[in-house]
Amino acid sequence: MNGRKKNFTKLFISMEKLPKDLAEISQSLTGKESARLGRRIFMRYLGATAAAGVALSACQNEVMDSATPRGAARAGYRVVDLGDLETNDTAILNYAYALEQLEAAFYSQVIMTPYTGITNSEMIILKDIRDHEIAHRELFKTALGGAAIPGLTPDFTMIDFKSRAAVLGVAKTYENLGVSAYNGAGKFIKNADYLTLAGKIVSVEARHASIIATLIDPMSVAFAGEPEVSNMGGLDKVRSFREVLTAAAPFIYETINFNAR
Amino acid sequence: MILQNILNEIENVDAEVYERLEHVSRRNMFQTFMKKAMKGAAAGAPVVFASMLNKAYAGQEDIVDVLNFALTLEYLEAEFYNVGLAQPNLLPAGSMARTIYTQIALHENEHVKLLIGALGGLKTAGGAAILKPDFDLTYKGAFANVLSDYNTYLAVSQALEDTGVRAYKGQAPRLIGTSTPAVPSVLEVALQIHSVEARHAARVRYLRGYKGWITNEDTSNIPGVGAVYKGDNMVTQAGINVSSITGISPDTISESFDEPLTKEQVLAIATPFIVKFN
Repeated sequence: MNGRKKNFTKLFISMEKLPKDLAEISQSLTGKESARLGRRIFMRYLGATAAAGVALSACQNEVMDSATPRGAARAGYRVVDLGDLETNDTAILNYAYALEQLEAAFYSQVIMTPYTGITNSEMIILKDIRDHEIAHRELFKTALGGAAIPGLTPDFTMIDFKSRAAVLGVAKTYENLGVSAYNGAGKFIKNADYLTLAGKIVSVEARHASIIATLIDPMSVAFAGEPEVSNMGGLDKVRSFREVLTAAAPFIYETINFNAR
Repeated sequence: MILQNILNEIENVDAEVYERLEHVSRRNMFQTFMKKAMKGAAAGAPVVFASMLNKAYAGQEDIVDVLNFALTLEYLEAEFYNVGLAQPNLLPAGSMARTIYTQIALHENEHVKLLIGALGGLKTAGGAAILKPDFDLTYKGAFANVLSDYNTYLAVSQALEDTGVRAYKGQAPRLIGTSTPAVPSVLEVALQIHSVEARHAARVRYLRGYKGWITNEDTSNIPGVGAVYKGDNMVTQAGINVSSITGISPDTISESFDEPLTKEQVLAIATPFIVKFN
């Protein structure tokens, strides 16, 4: 809990100092979601006491997630339903939108609270990546319009943003997850334009993955190596919808429902 | 048995699947697959299976065309790295560059094998895969010192990898519908290669001292490769000006999306490398 309080104290400070960056930290801050921000931050700041849960349930009729796997820590966060990922292109676009939200929020936090010892060139790279992820996120949001899922609330409480190794490690995980998610979703996409759009994005995610791995260890073959890229076949990993959403779940307060094998 | 389920599923979607499998009976196919799966590493099994299935679909002209087009590029890349690594003083033993190119060469040679397998073998062995063309790695002399000068080698390598990314991206829509949901498809394998090429491209760019991503149509000081980066300066995606909606500069937005090239554009780029098809 202390870690969380600290984070949000920082966030409030940043809100005053950096209104542009603030808009990037969470989808909660964009458009009609902004009204909920106060409540969400308030709840996270408060922590998850039973009393708070009851009080908020009483005054917020959209609170519906009583069966969240994380228990009381997620009280007050909604259930987001992506729909049928194997038959519905809109569901896949929302799936991508969810992942891009997570990535954009992560890199926004990295830039707001840079790790100890960050170099100028690392800052330039990570700012570029942040902007790319925001571009992806906002494109999906705008393209989906009324069909877009709500803004998600990232949970980065387990990430030590002061540590270079921790931040780059999470970045590598997210980028590899993103690449394998797009690669796994491709065969379910029916609309050729959407497939091309996914292709335009996935190769940029792969570029990110390669560079992040290189920042971690420039002498290694991790830019395109096992276990993400197989020596046999020379193929990038494919992850199913379920694998990806399970891996992402600990970083998102909302519970994401979906239909897929 | 999951594999049996998969076969049943294909049968449901495509009643002619066993006819497409030509003379391979259902039982034989299953046994052959199991034998190969047992022999190879577990990770290789889906690939083996994919290549068997894709062989069955190799009668479809469009898929054969896409795969042979991809194979042409992979032959070129594999040759470029195999020959480069064999030069005495180009990529010194123990250097970062040698580590990187050894890994990239491994992948390109695997891609060649995989594509030949997906096409049912070489033309000369009853399959549909074209033979390796004869290549001129100097690009008709434009990069005359490519096999002796480190910087030129890296530059040409970058252009090849960035071209490869755009080439696969352009072909992906032609592969829609090559799968059933449960089976590794030609499209899926193409996408898996596509992102590996992007990883290579970024690593080589960074090794050269450039960003891993492409800003607008910037050739990063490689002469004569304008066509490789042509049209990569898009800020409008799906009819939406992404710079306008985000306030992010057009330069950075252009980096956020890699654009496809058509087959014709890619062949125009590759042709000076190709002395003749075999």
